[in-house]
Amino acid sequence: MNEHARQALDDSSFVELRIPAEAEWAAVARLTVAAVASRLDFSLDEIDDVKLAVAEACTHAIQRSSGNQPIELIFEARPDAIVVTVRDSSTASHLESVEEEGDENHIGGLGLFIIRSLMDEVDFRVDTRRGGELTMLKRVLT
Amino acid sequence: MDIKVNVRESEGDAYVVELAGEIDVYTSPKVKDAITELIDQGHYNLVINLEKVRYIDSTGLGVLIGGLKRVREHGGSVNLVCTNPQIKKIFDITGLVKIFGIFDDEPSAMKALV
Repeated sequence: MNEHARQALDDSSFVELRIPAEAEWAAVARLTVAAVASRLDFSLDEIDDVKLAVAEACTHAIQRSSGNQPIELIFEARPDAIVVTVRDSSTASHLESVEEEGDENHIGGLGLFIIRSLMDEVDFRVDTRRGGELTMLKRVLT
Repeated sequence: MDIKVNVRESEGDAYVVELAGEIDVYTSPKVKDAITELIDQGHYNLVINLEKVRYIDSTGLGVLIGGLKRVREHGGSVNLVCTNPQIKKIFDITGLVKIFGIFDDEPSAMKALV
């Protein structure tokens, strides 16, 4: 790790949140990320963008979650960006059954499209045993 | 965190669905129920007023798209009233501005119904 990367990590603050995979809890994730993002030099519009992107990720996780496992969110506030990771329990076998529902899949697709439009970097991967993990980053404009 | 739904009859056979609050994965079923009930009753020309909506996500958009799809099957239409820049931005980035008529006020949205 070079000095610059080490310094960036030292300056990061982490907030972790675990919510039930139920629709009524999505608002808690939305409010939490707004509070974290407001500590960085984002404009109000940019904070709204991050808030919507995280809400979409939570909605996506709730719709694809396979049961009573919670959704985990990690918010990393860096001096130059916010990085949000959303983990759910959707396994490959469960995703197949969700995709058969068609309409849900369409909504999820729209949600992911919104996330990609609002954030600077987005990575989504599904582990067949551990579940889905969506990581997104938005940079602070200097 | 809630959504208030107010449905009222307007000119002709048109109905106005006035929404206030936040439309997300938790509240969107309530909006869906109101729109579905109107359509089931045979009302196919709707104005959905989003002026008092502070937040909408893809589940809310999905409900509006579903409503529009159903009324169009009967030759009807759904127009929206929205001036909030953050809400309009979501319609912009998803391309839904090309599908919905979006107006600054209720009389204009009503006048533009088919």
